[in-house]
Amino acid sequence: MIREALSGKRIAITGSTGFLGTALVERLLWAVPDCELVLLIRAGRSSSVERRAARELFKNDAFDRLRAALGKEGFEDAVARRVQVVEGDVSSDGLGLDDAGRAALASCDIVIHSAATVSFDSPLDGAVEVNLLGPVRIVETLHDLGVNPHLVAVSTCYVAGSRRGDAPEELVDDSPFFVDVPWRAEVDAARRARTDAEAESRTPEMLARFAKMARDELGAAGTPLLSAKTEHQRTRWVADRMAEAGIARASSLGWPDAYAYTKALGERALVETRGDVPVSIVRPSIIESALAEPKAGWIRGFRMAEPVIISYARGLLTEFPGVPEGIIDVIPVDLVVGAICAAAAQPPPAEPHVIQVASGTANPLRYRQLVKLVEAWFTEHPLYENDGQPIAVPEWGFPGRGKVEGQLKRAKNVLGRTESVLSALPLRGRQAEFSANVESKREEAERALSYVELYGKYAECEALYGVERLMALWAEIDDEDREHFAFDPHVIDWDHFVPHVHLPSVVDQARVKSTPGKKAGPTREVRLRGQILSPDRHLAAFDLENTLIASNVVASYAWLASRRLSRQERVRFVARTLAEGPRLLSLDRKDRSDFLRYFYRRYEGAPAEQLAEDSQEMFSALILSKSFPAAIRRVREHRRLGHRTVLITGALDFVIEPLRPLFDDIVCAELSQTRGRYTGELIDVPPTGETRAQAMASYAAAEGLSLKESVAYADSASDLPMLEAVGFPVAVNPETRLAALARKRGWLVEHFDKAPGGPRPPLPLARRRGATGPGLLESIMNKEPASSGARARKGRR
Amino acid sequence: MNPRPGFVLEVDKSTPPILFHHGEGFRLERLPAGRSRVIYAGEPLKALKDPDGAIRDALEHPVDKEPLRALLFPGMKLTIAFDDISLPLPQMRRPDIRQRVIEAVLDLAAEAGVDDVHLIAALALHRRMTESELRHAVGDRVYDAFAPDGLLYNFDAEDRDNLAFLGETEKGEEVEISKRAAESDLVVYVNINLVSMDGGHKSTATGLASYRSLRHHHNVHTMQHSNSFMDQEHSALHSANWRMGKVIRDAGVKVFQIETTVNNNVFGTEGPMSVLQKREWEWTARDRASFLAMSKGLKHMPSKAKRSVFNGWRAPMGMTGVHAGEIEAVHRLTTADVYRQQLVPVEGQTDILTMGLPYICPYNVNSVMNPILVMCLGLGYFFNMYKGRPLVREGGVLIMSHPTPWEFHPVHHPSYIDFFEQVLAETTDPVEIEKTFEQGFAEDEWYRHLYRTSYAYHGVHPFYMWYWGSHALKHLGATIIVGGDTRAVRRLGFKPASTLQDALEMASDVVGRDATITHFHNPPILMADVS
Repeated sequence: MIREALSGKRIAITGSTGFLGTALVERLLWAVPDCELVLLIRAGRSSSVERRAARELFKNDAFDRLRAALGKEGFEDAVARRVQVVEGDVSSDGLGLDDAGRAALASCDIVIHSAATVSFDSPLDGAVEVNLLGPVRIVETLHDLGVNPHLVAVSTCYVAGSRRGDAPEELVDDSPFFVDVPWRAEVDAARRARTDAEAESRTPEMLARFAKMARDELGAAGTPLLSAKTEHQRTRWVADRMAEAGIARASSLGWPDAYAYTKALGERALVETRGDVPVSIVRPSIIESALAEPKAGWIRGFRMAEPVIISYARGLLTEFPGVPEGIIDVIPVDLVVGAICAAAAQPPPAEPHVIQVASGTANPLRYRQLVKLVEAWFTEHPLYENDGQPIAVPEWGFPGRGKVEGQLKRAKNVLGRTESVLSALPLRGRQAEFSANVESKREEAERALSYVELYGKYAECEALYGVERLMALWAEIDDEDREHFAFDPHVIDWDHFVPHVHLPSVVDQARVKSTPGKKAGPTREVRLRGQILSPDRHLAAFDLENTLIASNVVASYAWLASRRLSRQERVRFVARTLAEGPRLLSLDRKDRSDFLRYFYRRYEGAPAEQLAEDSQEMFSALILSKSFPAAIRRVREHRRLGHRTVLITGALDFVIEPLRPLFDDIVCAELSQTRGRYTGELIDVPPTGETRAQAMASYAAAEGLSLKESVAYADSASDLPMLEAVGFPVAVNPETRLAALARKRGWLVEHFDKAPGGPRPPLPLARRRGATGPGLLESIMNKEPASSGARARKGRR
Repeated sequence: MNPRPGFVLEVDKSTPPILFHHGEGFRLERLPAGRSRVIYAGEPLKALKDPDGAIRDALEHPVDKEPLRALLFPGMKLTIAFDDISLPLPQMRRPDIRQRVIEAVLDLAAEAGVDDVHLIAALALHRRMTESELRHAVGDRVYDAFAPDGLLYNFDAEDRDNLAFLGETEKGEEVEISKRAAESDLVVYVNINLVSMDGGHKSTATGLASYRSLRHHHNVHTMQHSNSFMDQEHSALHSANWRMGKVIRDAGVKVFQIETTVNNNVFGTEGPMSVLQKREWEWTARDRASFLAMSKGLKHMPSKAKRSVFNGWRAPMGMTGVHAGEIEAVHRLTTADVYRQQLVPVEGQTDILTMGLPYICPYNVNSVMNPILVMCLGLGYFFNMYKGRPLVREGGVLIMSHPTPWEFHPVHHPSYIDFFEQVLAETTDPVEIEKTFEQGFAEDEWYRHLYRTSYAYHGVHPFYMWYWGSHALKHLGATIIVGGDTRAVRRLGFKPASTLQDALEMASDVVGRDATITHFHNPPILMADVS
């Protein structure tokens, strides 16, 4: 019956790249051999709709059985013959169709609208545009085209709202509990909320706040990066604000979230604006992995229950609110597809009617049963820590939502405070990584909290979704249809489905560690290092301070300045420098190049020749003593591999002169001179922050090297521009911020250390020379010429 | 009282625990009675009463050569080369012998109106000496008179423009030394002869030579054919240097050799360190107390503090002889003086040789004794302190005690770090190492740069350390390090043991239960004459 009814039909589908849409397209191609499909797909940012369809839809493993049956080419032929892809977007008026698209849509007998914003925390206006206005735009376009195909609109059971008791298959406004609000006013309000949020985010106070957040995260990373980050913070804030607005508006009207709220009003608007278009509404409950088709356990994307389940299995979520005897209304995706096909195959109804696809009344899965099944399964098949230790799953206590939220909020706050204390400390290397760990723990707690906030309502929902019409439909169809388009929720055996179909698939999708033992094969670190040390790389750029040596410009200044001081002068010098420390530090944190300019001014009047000579000694006494042998080895390794090696540093040229043979090139700061003395002024902008990225880019361009194929080593967030500019960034002994960033972005982190056992002068002061000459800041050395004969005599006792 | 000669103690039940040096610390170990013996050095020989007088006398009455005074003339080029920081060990109290000798030579030079004098630290591929080290060696007066004008400097074996190629030996060994020395009218070499390997032609042929020259005898083949390199009659190293010495002489380079010897009074007769050169059963209650205090104190000191305490020690050693004149003749006399102090007759070989390695070797003065140097000190130096036959039989076991920390001096030993991390991680076989890795390190520009401008040993130097132990590596059945860093010891290819008892147990797997044990009680330095 269904097959016959649909055969030879042209069916338009929206949302075909989604979870439900994919399964639907597959089923129609598989079970209804001669129907044709018109897919309305939104163009990607850079790819055409055809490309999107090929990549995001037909490549999916849902089509495996079809590919196997037809062969690769046969499958492609079938798709080409039976599927027409048109560019369309339900969130723009007229669906964004061109003439060909309009013609294609006009030629359809059936339209299945399954496009939706399903995320539970989507911004209010986004949800309104797609979920509320989407159906309206479809019927309006159909009116415009002068056609009246059968419109099957996919909605959700949760339009019934957060309530207990029966929720039958009736239109939303037929329910006595429906709070009737004019949907057009809601649309206007949602759009206004966006404008307001945008305006508020642009106030000076807010912009200052975003700038501070950006600085807190990146440090002195230079204006371009900080601006980009600030703007990113602003848009994120607006998005958060709109998501909050969605949840707030939804719950004020009795819906769990913006999704259910906009879907409900969408149904209402559809019914109101449908005109002569016959409408069927199909309302699934929570759609989960497939029972049998296209294959058992098939699922697409990481959906509502999955993150919760995985968080539980990983021991992150120790409690989840819910009533033990409450019903978790879950429905396998293939049953929903069956019901949609059955609805579409019905003669177009004169009046809009609703079919609910849910398990709660026919074949309920109790929360207690689900928890037990999940617990048992993960006890038998635990996930593993990275070190191979199995993770024991917590026992669920069915607490109330308030209690769980309270716990998680406290955890989040404690972690947040710990994190802010740690990030204020000048940590490096492994300690900094520990602090980055705290950050990721805090993020986990945040995520768990958001799951509880978003999904807790569903677990607590005690509405019972009636399926009388669904079952009536089931009674009508013959055995062949029942085989190809099963949708009877009674067939689900939960004790089988949950542990043997759903959970394995969820674990598989989540790409979590599900086998014991250490990971075989090279670790991520080894792999990354292999990429970095591949002969294909072009350039290896190195920062100096804390990347190659554990020293800085202040230390080298102190060393040079103290080399020719008398004992008392040294004491005074140390005291003065220490007193200045905090000021220098805060200047450095604000802007590296301002700091350098300010600091280097103290070289004013210094004799260049003498500094060069003293720097040569400092090379051994300070720089090499505090160098990281492994880092030096790394530079040499790059060089051996034929990579161009460059040192890019804000340190002064005479300081790093002795390091010159280590690199192919050096980009550094230089002071100008007059008559053999330094003026204390820099010749150029010092290579720090974004200037450094620029210097690297121009260097690479001049040498014909590609930055995408290059490696950069640096230690702090202020080096971000340099790290981000290359294809292979390496964080060396990262300070807290960079450690956090490196972790998030999957960068290689190297811990280079000073040679164990090497000398560690507590203060970067030069050993007093045997004979003290005039000092760095005083004057050049005056030598008395003497013949070596005189020397021979002087050398006598 | 005349000093007592060295001797061999048979360990019985009444023998007290024996002192083992253990880096910057000590262990007292009880050796199994009935099958163990301990070799003690002779007591310090009497030092010359008037060293300056003896030096002047040697310059006036040289061996097989005209007096120095007669060799000096106005307008001549005079080069004074002197031994570097690796001698003597530990550094001696001021005035250093080199200072005494150099001042005496400069006296004569000034009298003769010599104007063109260079002083060169003959360090071959060792690290450059720092200003304070040079001041210690030659004295402030000499330093201040010459160094500021670049007339007192460290030899640079990588300064191509200042090397002179003098020819090849009959075995094809290239001889390339300091150009200044080669072109001088006279080279005066000022030596401190600590062990019998030092001095003679080796002073110039090695001390002032480049890698091109050194590679002909600083290699695995030479080391495995020097049994031992401390025994001139059986040392391929010695023969090679003597062949090269002839080439230098035939090229017209005139060398006036001044060699000195010191006694083994390294820890003094007073103070807490003096106990280290006493025999254990002769320790007084006071000795025991001060040893206990010292050991306990060291145990609780951070390793850097310990290192600086020991590095600060200046030995009160005294000069026992000075000879000047023709190289070979002088060296025969010098060697006799060395043997007089150090040689101890020992009867027969042993199955297990034990030794406690001290905090110092020639290459970590004011520095860190890294694991490679531990290997070199034990298997290179101490193992080879024999004449006749090795103290331990072929296939026997060497047990050394040293903390062997995974530590390196980043300035002095940069190529050592890479050698340890890259070469030894792959193989410990000297032949393989020489074949696969030596050239790369020797010709590495970065190491060259560090050797020339900083204070780094030459890139190839860690290889030489490894070759130094290659005769022992071939000879021994097993090497065990007691109390060392496990990872570092394994990287060296040796077995780590936590106590001497464990080490002896492990050794019994190789040489059986009733193996004989000999403890080489060194320092003070001794050389075994094994019959």
